[in-house]
Amino acid sequence: MLRFITLRLLQAIPVILVVITVTFFLVRIAPGGPFDSEKPVTREVKAALEAQYKLDLPLFQQYTSYLGDLAQGDLGPSFKYPGRSVNELIAAGFPVTAELGFYALLVAVGIGGLAGVIAALKPNTAQDYIPMSLAMIGICMPSFLLGPLLVLVFGIHLDWLPVSGWGDIPGDKILPSITLGAGYAAYIARLGRAGMLEVLSQDYIRTARAKGLPEWQVVLKHSLRGGLIPVVAFLGPAFAGLLAGSFVVETIFQIPGLGRFYVQAAFNRDYTMILGTTVFLSVLIVLFNLLSDVLAAWMNPRLRAQFGH
Amino acid sequence: MQPIISRFLLVVAAVILLAACSGGETNVASGNRLGILHFGNGSEPQGLDPHVVTGVPENKIIRALFEGLAVKNPYTLEPEPGVAQSWDISEDGRVITFHINPEAKWSNGDPMRASDYVWSWQRLLSPALGGEYAYMLYPLANAQAFHKGEITDFNEVGVKALDDHTLQVTLDERTPYFIQLMDHYSTFAVHPPTIEKFGKATDRYTPWTRVENIVSNGAFRLKKWELNRRIELEKSDTYWDRDKVRLNGIIYYPTENVVSEERMFRVGQLHYTNSVPLGKIPVYKEMPDSPYMQEPYLGTYYYLLNTLVPPTDNLNVRKALSMAVDRDKLNATVLKGTNISAYSITPPDTLGYYPPRLFSYDPERARALLAEAGYPDGKGWPGLELTYNTSEDHRKIAVALQQMWKDVLNIEVTLTNQEWKVYLDSITNMHFQIARRGWIGDYVDPNNFLDLFLTGGGNNNTGFADPRYDEMILKKAPRAVTKEERFAVFHEAETLLMEQMPIIPVYTYTSKHLIHPSVQGLPPNLMDSLNLKYVWLEDIEQATETDD
Repeated sequence: MLRFITLRLLQAIPVILVVITVTFFLVRIAPGGPFDSEKPVTREVKAALEAQYKLDLPLFQQYTSYLGDLAQGDLGPSFKYPGRSVNELIAAGFPVTAELGFYALLVAVGIGGLAGVIAALKPNTAQDYIPMSLAMIGICMPSFLLGPLLVLVFGIHLDWLPVSGWGDIPGDKILPSITLGAGYAAYIARLGRAGMLEVLSQDYIRTARAKGLPEWQVVLKHSLRGGLIPVVAFLGPAFAGLLAGSFVVETIFQIPGLGRFYVQAAFNRDYTMILGTTVFLSVLIVLFNLLSDVLAAWMNPRLRAQFGH
Repeated sequence: MQPIISRFLLVVAAVILLAACSGGETNVASGNRLGILHFGNGSEPQGLDPHVVTGVPENKIIRALFEGLAVKNPYTLEPEPGVAQSWDISEDGRVITFHINPEAKWSNGDPMRASDYVWSWQRLLSPALGGEYAYMLYPLANAQAFHKGEITDFNEVGVKALDDHTLQVTLDERTPYFIQLMDHYSTFAVHPPTIEKFGKATDRYTPWTRVENIVSNGAFRLKKWELNRRIELEKSDTYWDRDKVRLNGIIYYPTENVVSEERMFRVGQLHYTNSVPLGKIPVYKEMPDSPYMQEPYLGTYYYLLNTLVPPTDNLNVRKALSMAVDRDKLNATVLKGTNISAYSITPPDTLGYYPPRLFSYDPERARALLAEAGYPDGKGWPGLELTYNTSEDHRKIAVALQQMWKDVLNIEVTLTNQEWKVYLDSITNMHFQIARRGWIGDYVDPNNFLDLFLTGGGNNNTGFADPRYDEMILKKAPRAVTKEERFAVFHEAETLLMEQMPIIPVYTYTSKHLIHPSVQGLPPNLMDSLNLKYVWLEDIEQATETDD
């Protein structure tokens, strides 16, 4: 197992290096630079700005210097926010995004898992069709539509929940978590249903039923662990997707997370910030994929046997 | 049936949980009780260093944290004492002596000195700082030369501390709007020892503006700064005019999404919004005691015409395009009556100045001009591309104009949208035929709009060049002694400009806000300029809960 993890981590290094290199050169090919603004600055000012951020150096030298700083964990100063380092901006935004992603994942697994299991228990009946149709709607409905709808109903008409913010007013974390989690809940419902259907048709389930176990025991004790393996395999990429894709929800609910910084950085051509967040998120994605593989192995005895050696 | 029951229980539990979270006092109610203004500020500020940052959200915070030598009265926009309790202007208008209020103090208790200004202005003008607003001080003698690195001795620049409380400024030319510039945040003084503690004066990248480090001199001081969440200010107890300050604090929220911001206002999370979604304006306008405030704003929305490439190099084509635009119709339909039709670059009533109006919507004349240009009824038209930066509102306007040109002139115009930085690159390098543009004034003076079109100016972007125009803006206007004389020169210059039609003016902006009725002392003005020192909150029972 340890060897597997080490190997996977080593494999990640060239992947991340490629991500850095491609991002580094791509952002510089894009027209416009960090210091272009509606009120153009004079040549002197621009030169001074570029000198302050080492943009006057040859491109390749900038690249090697960036890699050197990165090796020491320094992501450089932000161009858009003078006086702030990228490390600091990530440190400020990431905990919020991670918390939002975590709650969204809870929503996704809770609602999606439940719906999937319920649907799988009586396939091709109303008990299957209703949750699965809802899941289809969930997949189709983008968060920029669902978020404002939820706000309109629960925030404005019913006045039950705050319409924006994060940790400022009690209850303000509920709507964003549901909005972000809903699409994933729908995926998980479908994955869970498929997994459960497969497991429920296995011989050992028939044996359990034949022994006269009550249905809830058959489901909870015997089927769930096997049935949810596809869901667990999906959790790693899902969590990474939640982190990287939280921008829309963060904007709708005015949440001070990393997603807003990330997208703004691209609009602002804030080179260091774009690179910093990309590198940071790539590392996370690699880690979460690894984690979900490990978890899946733990749940699946066949795979576990492979890793054991 | 069991799962249905359990689902029902789940829903009930969720509803109870949700209901438990509701209630409680709104920000507006608690703010009114505690004297805290909850302010929607558009976006997270880049920073709070007055010499480094640019932008409206930054301006609104910095002008509460710091104060200039003179400040604008929010009712009249006329300058009134700030850090300087008075000033004398010499006969020829070139020497101004500011008398600094002996009571003016920094937030750490240090007295404010004239030398703080000399130090601060040297910082802004130092080329190494890269201050984008350094040109605000160009009226000072030799300031431009120092900023461009042509001279290196700052003593040659026209600013001197005669003693601790007397600052003498020497200008190149009479500059009637110079006192106004003292209320622009780029000319504010910063506290030299604080900046030097964290690096060189010209370092952009130091933590001196952090809550634990910053020293400021305004009516409020920084209390808390949570990135992308909120910035809290509290009343300063060292501010010279603190007895007049009625708010105990201000909380600024970064509200990038106008729709979310409007929702925050509706549920009482904000006293003041930075903007209002266009679609909601008609609803708010019809409300009794509407919180919607709309005022003319010192800015113009226009299209640049590239005078160096065909077919817009032809004056008759430019005039035909401009005359074929029915601005009143555009305003009534697409813009929902929220703006003012514009026929020139300077907004009307800029400190009493009215721009010339050389043309109107005139389809007949437009068609005739196009025929003169060689395209009768659009025949032989080579096509034209209109570039705008990606935005739904810009697109709607562009589509409306495209249709007007088709209807009136029978010509095809294609629309191209570009992402913001790509668009900036295009207009800077003149890679366009027609491009959208907007200009918001930094100070109330026609000069701020007319100097855009100086030959080779960084914001000209049209290829318009006329030495007579340059002469009027750079030489004649500064030498005019009376306001009337000066405005006459501007009027003549602007007439010359609009005769050449390098731009298609579309509308004069308006500022639009939702303001809670409890907010007092916030008069509307052309600059959308706030002086939060004069604002107070009156606890008004919100009788009309709004709901749509």
